[in-house]
Amino acid sequence: MSNALGESEIEVPIETFPIHKEKDASSLASKLPPHRIVLILIGLALVASAALFMRWDWLPQYGGLILQGLWRTIWILVVTVVLGFLLAVPLGLAQASGPAFLAIPARAFCTVIRGTPLLVQLWLLYYGLGSLFPQYPWIRGSELWPYLRQAWPYAVLALTLSYAGYEGEVMRGAFAGVPKGQLESARAFGMPRFTIFRRIWLPQAIHRALPTLAGEAVLQLKSTPLVATITVVDLYSVASRVRQDTFLTYEPLLLLAVGYLVITGIIVMLFRRVERLIPSKLG
Amino acid sequence: MADASIIPAGITGMFDLLSPVAPGWGANLLRGLVRSLQIAFGAFGMGLIIGTFGSYAKLYGGPIARDLAAIYTTLVRAIPELVMIILLYYAGTDLINRILEGMGYQRVDISGLVAGIVVLGFVQGAYATEVLRGAIKAIPQGEIEAARAYGMSPVLMMRRITLPAMLPHALPGLANLWLISTKDTALLAVVGFSELTLETRQAAGTTKAYMTFYLAAGALYLFITLFSSVILEWVEKRARRGMPSVKEAR
Repeated sequence: MSNALGESEIEVPIETFPIHKEKDASSLASKLPPHRIVLILIGLALVASAALFMRWDWLPQYGGLILQGLWRTIWILVVTVVLGFLLAVPLGLAQASGPAFLAIPARAFCTVIRGTPLLVQLWLLYYGLGSLFPQYPWIRGSELWPYLRQAWPYAVLALTLSYAGYEGEVMRGAFAGVPKGQLESARAFGMPRFTIFRRIWLPQAIHRALPTLAGEAVLQLKSTPLVATITVVDLYSVASRVRQDTFLTYEPLLLLAVGYLVITGIIVMLFRRVERLIPSKLG
Repeated sequence: MADASIIPAGITGMFDLLSPVAPGWGANLLRGLVRSLQIAFGAFGMGLIIGTFGSYAKLYGGPIARDLAAIYTTLVRAIPELVMIILLYYAGTDLINRILEGMGYQRVDISGLVAGIVVLGFVQGAYATEVLRGAIKAIPQGEIEAARAYGMSPVLMMRRITLPAMLPHALPGLANLWLISTKDTALLAVVGFSELTLETRQAAGTTKAYMTFYLAAGALYLFITLFSSVILEWVEKRARRGMPSVKEAR
């Protein structure tokens, strides 16, 4: 903190006109004008009335289940984002600079994934593939069978493929957007191809894709409740169960919405922190 | 639909299931497709209307309108569509009926089609707000200032200057929104509205031919996507005529 302040003190005389006017000490006053205070008070009043006049007595009874659902949602989100990204890198690379026999299938995969609803993909895998597997005795006898009978592998597979499809398109743009001179100079240094990829191409592509990656991660979070339709017990399906058990319409849904808002906020904050780690020059 | 007689014998069974006449389920799928398209069109149109007002509120509105628009777009874009749909579909209809009863009117039965359009339109509106806001900001602001200097009323200015000038900037984002809208209709299957996905699920559940029907539904959705992207590309090219191409500008 003190280091940053010291630097800005040195930089101030060089600046011909103030660029970072907003970051002055008076920002708190400019962020909280009277009307916003009133809006915040209205919001607090709404929250208070929701807490007081709505029924929350079911909370302790379902607390454990809610936490379990929350954990399942976050687990599915993290696993599918990581696996999907690992799949998206080759997909993007194949489309950006691969030979035709790799580029065309990669392109077709991204088009099909992006052109059909995730719900249909999920049900195709769970009901479609799931109904085909038991017909083959060797699959029933294999060690994977206990997993294939459960719902979550299909959920993870469908969400991973979906994320890879959307992210593959982003990575294609990111790989293609890295300046050619960077790669040429790396080659001039005599770097092997994989080292070029590892040290030059991939980091710069990820840097370019990072803002989009944050958005896609939020979109992925927003797709996770779909897994409830194939009997995976995530946060959403816990809320549906509470609704069925207690006949309450609003309370579980409101809690659910708040839960997703909080997770979205955390994702956005994490990505902002990662983005800040990478030095960048604002023109 | 393909004529079953010219298909080789091995896969005729599959096409029998998909045929549009009585024993086949093709007619159900097509009916679902039409409903999906109705909802997608309605929701997209409603999203455009909300988006126009929302973007104007964000750019030219007073401090309160600006903050309310920001809250709307932030909330809707952070809460999953499925949760929004359930929230608005059940809670919304319940709320409307309670208000009507409180005012002394009778309960109304809101049709699935209208509810679906309103719910998805509300979600689309948040995204459309952001797209249109960016597009209005991309217009050379001198054009708007000139219109204002001529003394045009805000409505006339919007009709003659802002909307036509922002269209080429907004089209890529709007094209994306249309594709999202067609795919989001599938979520209405969860609340029991019989559009393409739910019709598919019923057909598949009855005949046990899960793979066939889900692949067919996927193909239909893919066809809509590809067909609309061809049209949208043409519209975009037409709207951008006379402007430097994106590639050259880079």
